[in-house]
Amino acid sequence: MEVIAFWILAVIVGAAAVFVIAARNPVHSVLWLILSFFTSAALLVLIGAEFLAMLLVVVYVGAVAVLFLFVVMMLDVDFVELKQGTLQYWPFAVLIGLAFFAEIVMVRTVGVGTRLEPSPGADSNAEAIGQVMYTDYLLLFQVAGIILLVAMIGAIVLTLRHRPYAKRQNIARQTARRRADATELVDVTPGKGI
Amino acid sequence: MELTLNHYLLLSAFLFTVGVVGIFVNRKNIIVILMAIELILLSVNINLVAFSVFSGTITGQIFAMLVLTVAAAEAAVGLAILVVFFRLRGDISVDAIDMMKG
Repeated sequence: MEVIAFWILAVIVGAAAVFVIAARNPVHSVLWLILSFFTSAALLVLIGAEFLAMLLVVVYVGAVAVLFLFVVMMLDVDFVELKQGTLQYWPFAVLIGLAFFAEIVMVRTVGVGTRLEPSPGADSNAEAIGQVMYTDYLLLFQVAGIILLVAMIGAIVLTLRHRPYAKRQNIARQTARRRADATELVDVTPGKGI
Repeated sequence: MELTLNHYLLLSAFLFTVGVVGIFVNRKNIIVILMAIELILLSVNINLVAFSVFSGTITGQIFAMLVLTVAAAEAAVGLAILVVFFRLRGDISVDAIDMMKG
């Protein structure tokens, strides 16, 4: 039963991955990428690693894929023109891919046992991860946070641009403004006007 | 027949290969190259989690989480660089990136 579920999901992941690199429209590529992430999460649930599976959905589908979608739609590129001339690379690439795959599969036969222990020493998978992540791997956890901070600042610094013609709020000027600078009290004689 | 580690390793190897082929095939579109890199990192994650589950140690899943972090950071910075490059050149073809003549 598990094996049948595995093969169904594996075929979906494989097909989605192939469509990611073969789709003509990059928007379709992103959608196939989302499908492959979702199905991979299902595959992880199948062996009991549910925390990583949920993380995969939240981080990859929720953040990375949406980021890709934004950028694909933001860039005004003629994607039909981009695809021209890619056909000549396919035979070469498939040849390299086959050789690569054969090499990995030859290495693959390892003698690890078949016991399924997604959460050793704990009731749930998330608990097992939490028990070691905040003790043994605390430093790595914090370094991961720093990496994310650096990436965030880097992305902002790279893409931020000041347009000279855009009107902005100058708070210092705004608060320094007094009533005398902005208004004038005029004693108007009736029937005369100012 | 039961589910073994080899099933997951086979799938992971296939995903990795698809990612590598994707880098070779898409010479004109950097966005798809970045997506292929994401596929490669996904296969690495599946590999790490499968080894972790089938060998009964949790460390692999911690490591997979760190890979996930780096993948997210890489996607953010990579796409930011791509956006800046597009503003400069109006093109995202790999062939267009030859300003340094490397």
